[in-house]
Amino acid sequence: MTPPLLKPGRAALGSLALIAVVVAIAAGAFAYTAGWLSPRRLTPTRLVAAFAPPGGPALGRRRNHVRGVCFTGTFEANGAGTALSRAPMLARGQYPVVGRFNVGTANPDDPDGEVRVRGMGLQITAPGGELWRAAMINPPFFAVATPQAFHELLRASHAKAPDAMAAFTARHPEFAAFGAWAKSAPWTGSYAEEPYNSLDSFVFTNRSGERRVVRWSLRPAAHPVPVPHDALLQRPPDFLEQEIAQRIKGGPLRWTMVVTVAAPGDPTADPSQAWPEDRRAVEVGTLVVEQIQDERDGPCRDINYDPAVLPAGVATSDDPFPAARSSAYRASYDLRTGEEKDYPRTTAEAGR
Amino acid sequence: MTGLQRFTPLQRALHWLMAVLILSMLFIGVGMVSTITPKYLPLIATHMTLGVAILILALIRLGVRRRYGAPSLPADLPVPMQLAAKSSHYLLYGLMIVMPLLGLTMLSAADYPVVLLGGVRLPRILPPSERLHTLLWGAHHYLAFLFFAVILLHVSAALFHALIRRDGVFAAMSPLPARERN
Repeated sequence: MTPPLLKPGRAALGSLALIAVVVAIAAGAFAYTAGWLSPRRLTPTRLVAAFAPPGGPALGRRRNHVRGVCFTGTFEANGAGTALSRAPMLARGQYPVVGRFNVGTANPDDPDGEVRVRGMGLQITAPGGELWRAAMINPPFFAVATPQAFHELLRASHAKAPDAMAAFTARHPEFAAFGAWAKSAPWTGSYAEEPYNSLDSFVFTNRSGERRVVRWSLRPAAHPVPVPHDALLQRPPDFLEQEIAQRIKGGPLRWTMVVTVAAPGDPTADPSQAWPEDRRAVEVGTLVVEQIQDERDGPCRDINYDPAVLPAGVATSDDPFPAARSSAYRASYDLRTGEEKDYPRTTAEAGR
Repeated sequence: MTGLQRFTPLQRALHWLMAVLILSMLFIGVGMVSTITPKYLPLIATHMTLGVAILILALIRLGVRRRYGAPSLPADLPVPMQLAAKSSHYLLYGLMIVMPLLGLTMLSAADYPVVLLGGVRLPRILPPSERLHTLLWGAHHYLAFLFFAVILLHVSAALFHALIRRDGVFAAMSPLPARERN
């Protein structure tokens, strides 16, 4: 069976070499796909690592928006949203929510008064079990146009070089608008007085199959009372958590959910650009926050507020952030859930 | 044994279909967890869909194997190679079934909805649990690399049989129609 012109030994050697080549090519392709040969690829692991404060990440906790407090309540849909999306939780009715108020920092030691961005994680559950998760923040537009720029921003803000931020702003002029907002927007003394904006755009599809690109906002019923920043710096480091826990004793807190529809030509892929004020806006319901719970043993602790967890009738758009956030949030989740010992629960039955 | 010379056409079709699916699956898996680009979301949905398909096909394949059996290994195959052949096949079958189950239970433990391509939603099969998630995630992650390593071994052994031993083991699973006996 051996080809007559070759000695058996040489033929076998050639075959062995061929096998080695096949295995090497397969292993190399696998390593390349996994990113092991691409030290510059922006992986979720690298993006998440870039958040870490100088002393390292807070183990067992979310890698950004690290401190927060849980809430439970109800989303009361008024039914107007069904014109835009067939999401079951937009049909007139009441749906349970589990959410989380948080401060936009990766460093748990940053006092609340120093953190410019405040956020809300929200999960609305439909009767059939479908979930709608969102993670929203209070600025009216995002700081940068792309996930890559956001990674650069994190690197620049942690860089030792004194001109790192100036160089970053020169490369990403859209960041100037965010800087202006951060400097001039009034501060408030409560999570209850803040709006929470999706910033990213999503695609709504209604029962007739009509597709529209939208963004949404939760607008507070509470009147925002501006507080001088210096006054907030004098308050306890966790004054936002204390305030909301106190405030809820006076009754439920409310936000109106407003869905804004893009017009043709609006920048749907760039959350750093707000859409014009006159766009069609539909009030689809009210978020009613009824109870506040400590995060450590609370119902929001194990929820990954991944913005790509969406019901039928809501999908991602050409905005690149939800995919990037989904990937990074998952990396953060996989890390922190393996570090429970560093953020132990306080009650036995809470620790499953 | 059943006295088969080759695997039945159904078994060979299942083998090569699953070979393509499983290799795609492993590449998609390591690729999706290393990207933050918009590809990430369709890759995740494809990964979950392929996982369910592979689980179903693996169960069908086990049934077919029970029904039709397998050709015997060559009598002159050294005992260590016989053992390696048998144990690596148990491992491959085990991983084909265990990996999708780990993936699905891991997602349930993380309170993640499983939405397949086409919008098919699977029910939750486990209560959310940090500890369970960590365990299942770790197993899914590390066994994926074991799976790829065993496949490389399997391919090497197949080529060894085809090119060096020429003992009919490769021909038994070859995707090509039977050639004339030699």
